[in-house]
Amino acid sequence: MSAPSVLYDAPGPKAKARNVGYTIAFLAVLAAVLWWVLATMGEKGQLDWDKWSPFFTDARVWTTFILPGLQNTLIAAALSIVIALPIGALFGILRLSDHVFVRWPAATIVEFFRAVPVLILMFFANEFYFNFTDVDSEQRPLYAVVTGLVLYNGSVLAEVVRAGILSLPRGQTEAAQALGLRKTQTMTNVLLPQAVTAMLPAIVSQIVVIVKDTALGGAALGFAELLSRTRPISNNYGANTIATLVIVAVVYIVVNFIITSIASWLEQWSRQRKKGAGAVVPVTAVDDQATGPAV
Amino acid sequence: MFDFLSEYDVLGAFWLTVQLTFFSAIGALIWGTILAGMRVSPVPLMRGFATAYINLMRNTPLTLIILACSLGLNQTLGMTLAGQNFEQQNYRLAILGFIAYTATFVCESIRSGINTVPVGQAEAARALGLGFTQVLGIVVLPQAFRSVIGPLTSVLIALTKNTTIASTIGVAEASLLMSEMIENESDKIFLVFAIFALGFVILTLPTGLILGWVAKKAAVKR
Repeated sequence: MSAPSVLYDAPGPKAKARNVGYTIAFLAVLAAVLWWVLATMGEKGQLDWDKWSPFFTDARVWTTFILPGLQNTLIAAALSIVIALPIGALFGILRLSDHVFVRWPAATIVEFFRAVPVLILMFFANEFYFNFTDVDSEQRPLYAVVTGLVLYNGSVLAEVVRAGILSLPRGQTEAAQALGLRKTQTMTNVLLPQAVTAMLPAIVSQIVVIVKDTALGGAALGFAELLSRTRPISNNYGANTIATLVIVAVVYIVVNFIITSIASWLEQWSRQRKKGAGAVVPVTAVDDQATGPAV
Repeated sequence: MFDFLSEYDVLGAFWLTVQLTFFSAIGALIWGTILAGMRVSPVPLMRGFATAYINLMRNTPLTLIILACSLGLNQTLGMTLAGQNFEQQNYRLAILGFIAYTATFVCESIRSGINTVPVGQAEAARALGLGFTQVLGIVVLPQAFRSVIGPLTSVLIALTKNTTIASTIGVAEASLLMSEMIENESDKIFLVFAIFALGFVILTLPTGLILGWVAKKAAVKR
């Protein structure tokens, strides 16, 4: 009989009894913590139905606060990923250049923006737009948030792209060179298309990081995204801080859970595709090349 | 050019960042290891709890967790963590938030480290008659820790950068001072940005280099 894990044997009668004991003890601890939380909440009146009911009975909470906030969050995240992707691809490729005078500056820029916190970048971008551009004050937080996220995630994606290209077998480059392709052609026709499939899951999970980081703009720059809506909600619906925070957290978790699911589905898909293809891989590779822009 | 710096306590702000990072890192390491232990344990309820906790925490913005610590735990539920004044309370609440969030990443690193330990090690330990806690504590975790120093370094560097989020609840660390300085000294915003960016580079770069070297030294040669 095979054990469920290498770390412990399949439980016999004694271990089963012990596990039941542990379960009960752990349940007791969990219940005690839960009871303490609920008791404190009850004491402070945070469990009253009228604190929670707006989210279930009053559609205006959703249409005036939560959904517009979520919309701003998603707009900022979408803009950031769309701008950061080409920048990341460019710098990832520059870091793989054969010339030292291209490789080093690109590496310095990427490492610098990876080492600086996003919040610092956002503060700087906000002040920069205030001093040097005439972006109107309503739009400025969005600009600052997107700029900060693009600078940081662009450098993270550059590393992802570099790792994706380096993960390809050397034979791909050698074959391309043997065919007489130039370096640019090798990159755009052979390496990048294959690397993109390998990188897709990593890119999609980076979107989760971006969605979470947009919340910084709400807390620090007054960008009207989802998290910043908690204060107006609890001001309008009788100081229901806990209820609002819980509901907003649930919205974030649901959105991010959907993105994570897509990422793991993509990972499975790309792995299965490789496994299933086997000997067919060269054929599809040739097909890709035939339809590529250079032909 | 640098005269204005004497009006601000830049070093003090960065010292607070270091303190935040230090205590959060210790707490996250402990809580993360416990979570990892639960996640591979034979008790289904503990496994389920750890999995649920990790999935919920990882998908929540850290900013929301930190704000919830301040607005929810402190201002609404009256939790003070024995802090004497407003500043001390927020400082401790921020550390609590960082531990709760960072521990999930520590846990996932350690769990992947456990997977790098060869199956034969755990099997040999079980053949000797060791129980689950002994297998994990004496045989598997010590080897796992040596191989996760690299991933844990990335978590530590991310944590150092994440401590800036404590500024949203008014903890006077580096980024809060920067936002104040950049507003006051609007003619020197590039200089102010360069100083703080350099500060974080100085904090994170040696951490990465030193721990990267340690990771190479400590890794189990197989």
